[in-house]
Amino acid sequence: MANTNDTMTVKVWRGDKNGGAYQQFVVPRQDNQTVLDVVSWIQQNQDPNLSYRFACRVGMCGSCAMMVNGTPRWTCRTHVNKVLDANTLVVAPLRNLPPIKDLVADMDPFFDKWIDAGGHHDPSASRYDAMPQIAPDDAQRAVANESIECINCAVCYAACDTVAHNENYLGPAALQRAWTLYNDEKVNDTDAVLAAVSGKGGCHNCHSQGSCSLYCPNELNPMRAIAGLKAATIKHQLKRGR
Amino acid sequence: MIKGIKGHRNHPLWYAYALHRVSGLALVLFLPLHFYVLSLALTQPQRLDAFLHWTEIPAVKFAEMGLVFLLSVHLLGGIRLLVLELLPWSPRQKTWAAVAAGGALFVSGAFLLNAV
Repeated sequence: MANTNDTMTVKVWRGDKNGGAYQQFVVPRQDNQTVLDVVSWIQQNQDPNLSYRFACRVGMCGSCAMMVNGTPRWTCRTHVNKVLDANTLVVAPLRNLPPIKDLVADMDPFFDKWIDAGGHHDPSASRYDAMPQIAPDDAQRAVANESIECINCAVCYAACDTVAHNENYLGPAALQRAWTLYNDEKVNDTDAVLAAVSGKGGCHNCHSQGSCSLYCPNELNPMRAIAGLKAATIKHQLKRGR
Repeated sequence: MIKGIKGHRNHPLWYAYALHRVSGLALVLFLPLHFYVLSLALTQPQRLDAFLHWTEIPAVKFAEMGLVFLLSVHLLGGIRLLVLELLPWSPRQKTWAAVAAGGALFVSGAFLLNAV
């Protein structure tokens, strides 16, 4: 198929953890077409061996993120019109994570760090205690609410140069989760949250480049959350010193 | 935005980071030389005088403007980071980065006008 206005060039990374290369496809253009549609078209019509990951197709599950023309995107809600550069799409597995095969990145380091940052619920009360009453317009609850829409897509993790240069760095998503927990009244030990994020690889490694906040598909602001953690850990340390 | 810069880096706050890093490294290289020249006042006054004479060349004055820019952009950028991290959040982060770079250009430009 010749590359006319009705088609586009799509370069797809093929390979595994030992390395790989881009393979070129020519894909029909459509008026309404997402990057995930393009990848699916290639898998269904050109090469059934192409591996990629998706589930919900509506921006809820966070499994279809890939690098698109050098930028991490949720591919199910990224329109080709918006990102096509010189009639070409370059699609690769998420940066900063080891590739498993083709467009599938190994998410284990991302979720391991979610746990390392204290990203689990440590309740302040048992089932036999009364439920704490928290007003929806409570100032602290408002701060906690800012980041709860994270879908774990790892777009921020792939966008971050600090993650690329420091393998211990917990990354924007895990630190943002810790900030939510720190502001959650139902969490038992917020000092433990601060301890988990202030060590080696913690929030103070962040260089405030802001790529996480710029590319978060849900328009969350991990840079603001990490800045909050930085201030909270410093305040905590000063209080302890007195 | 700038062609050729990787997609995930092509935005103002990443440039602010890069400028802060580059200016910091350049100052690390400059400061030992600076202190060495100052020490000549005690050890070899004639050599210091000769060096100071050399700094009157317009090209050197122009290079000094670059030094003043590095120093002021690193100072203003550092203040920006302290404000970002320690004071209540402001949504105008790109504006503050632009103010830091613009302020440094103003300071170094004023230095050059004063020097010539």
